[in-house]
Amino acid sequence: MSNTLTESGSRGRAGDKVFSGIALFAGCLILFVLFCVAVFLLWQALPTFTADPAEITGGSGFWTYIWPIVIGTLIAAAIALLIATPISIGVALFISHYAPRKLSQGLGYVIDLLAAIPSVVYGAWGMTVLAPALVGPYVWLAENAGWIPIFAGPASQTGKTMLTAGIVLSVMVLPIITSLSREIFLQTPKLHEEAALAMGATRWEMIRMTVFPFARAGIISAIMLGLGRALGETMAVAMVLSGGGLIASLIKSGNQTIAAEIALNFPEAFGLRLAELIAAGLVLFVITLAVNMIARWIVSRHKEFSGAN
Amino acid sequence: MSKRIDVNDLNVYYGNFRAVEGVNINIEARSVTAFIGPSGCGKSTFLRTLNRMHEVLPGARVEGEVLLDGENLYGPGVDPVTVRSQIGMVFQRPNPFPTMSIRDNVLAGVKLNNKRISRSDADALVEKSLTGANLWNEVKDRLDKPGSGLSGGQQQRLCIARAIAVSPQVILMDEPCSALDPISTLAIEDLIEELKTEYTVVIVTHNMQQAARVSDRTAFFNIAGTGKPGKLIEYNDTPTIFNNPSEKSTEDYVSGRFG
Repeated sequence: MSNTLTESGSRGRAGDKVFSGIALFAGCLILFVLFCVAVFLLWQALPTFTADPAEITGGSGFWTYIWPIVIGTLIAAAIALLIATPISIGVALFISHYAPRKLSQGLGYVIDLLAAIPSVVYGAWGMTVLAPALVGPYVWLAENAGWIPIFAGPASQTGKTMLTAGIVLSVMVLPIITSLSREIFLQTPKLHEEAALAMGATRWEMIRMTVFPFARAGIISAIMLGLGRALGETMAVAMVLSGGGLIASLIKSGNQTIAAEIALNFPEAFGLRLAELIAAGLVLFVITLAVNMIARWIVSRHKEFSGAN
Repeated sequence: MSKRIDVNDLNVYYGNFRAVEGVNINIEARSVTAFIGPSGCGKSTFLRTLNRMHEVLPGARVEGEVLLDGENLYGPGVDPVTVRSQIGMVFQRPNPFPTMSIRDNVLAGVKLNNKRISRSDADALVEKSLTGANLWNEVKDRLDKPGSGLSGGQQQRLCIARAIAVSPQVILMDEPCSALDPISTLAIEDLIEELKTEYTVVIVTHNMQQAARVSDRTAFFNIAGTGKPGKLIEYNDTPTIFNNPSEKSTEDYVSGRFG
């Protein structure tokens, strides 16, 4: 009698165990890899922090060496996001709520295609097409808006500046933010959209009342993913930016990002220089971690009104 | 503050599929009109044409005219946004805006089209609308809490408060009680009884007792078969529909023989 209860379904439970084992393993693996990366970075970077400051590149310690390129990294990412975010949200909204269905599908594919282009290609394009094309506008900016520190002249004659790098980066993060935002916009409950329309909202008002509040957390995550790519992007920046010391002007040669600094110097680095570059990588790792944590915090702050309850 | 609706020879389409065929109906002001009929007979579809919500779906369109006190809703140059602000709608499932507080939910329609409203006017309107929806006493101490934290029945009354806050001419209700428990259903039915002193109310319901309880007039819709368009079979005073219908299919339906 009791056998019918204890024996039935034991095969199905074996499947459950296997699956939960795999899931647990996969979850642990990610933590383990992350841990290994952190340990590797710390271990390899250690000589930098213990070395005599005079031996570090620049001759006055690691922090003096690293902070200009940290600022440079943040500037490049900020330019990229400032340009890409409004465009991405606009394009995503057009695809999800304005375009006719056939057009929106085609446009979606094209945007996804943008994400598939290797960064070397973006770099080549930025270096050979975009940079020369921007020399004219930069000269104009330097003449007419030169009193603003970020547009101070004389403008670069090659166009290989921080602003150019930021624009290239913005094109690269655009597909990430766009396709994520589009997915989230499409998930807005029809119920809420219809509620807004039924009380006489125009399409734009409906979007402001239902789509944006619903997608808020998702948009922030999308921007943060974009930011992650912008911070870590190496090849395109290394090719487009003719780097140098930290300067305020975005239209002169100068500034550098961590990722490009590592990529450009790594092949010839050894000993302490190698440790320095790995320490720079560690700093980038910490920045990215901080950015993600801030994003999580922003997302969770409005949980009560998120629609999840 | 309420208007009558006259529908002349209305056909409703989803793409090439005709969902509702040849409806003629006159809905009196300050009355409750119920639409009953089996699932898929087009009563909800027809209801949504009365405030031009039908055309929100891709490919959906309408032929014929719907007159609101003689003005054709589908006339040239008529903005659906204006139509919807005059003809409010309450949906099957309660749908307060989850990101807004109870207060903001009530005011959502009033603040549309960049209209501004003073703080004291807004407070008065919130109280009046929530009182009108029999919800004021339950939520007056937590107006700044999210509307999604209320129970299903309270949420539905919040939606009704949101609809009446803009002083519409007509209120359309699409099975407003089908997702609610019996107590909440009773509260909504009582509310409908009160609403008809000021508004024209049209309600779609699957519940024939509900139609018999709340409505003055009842329209029975039916469908000849799958893929065929729905039609208005019979429209009369509610007691007549339920006790002495002139069509055989109406009698079969209200006596529970099908549907």
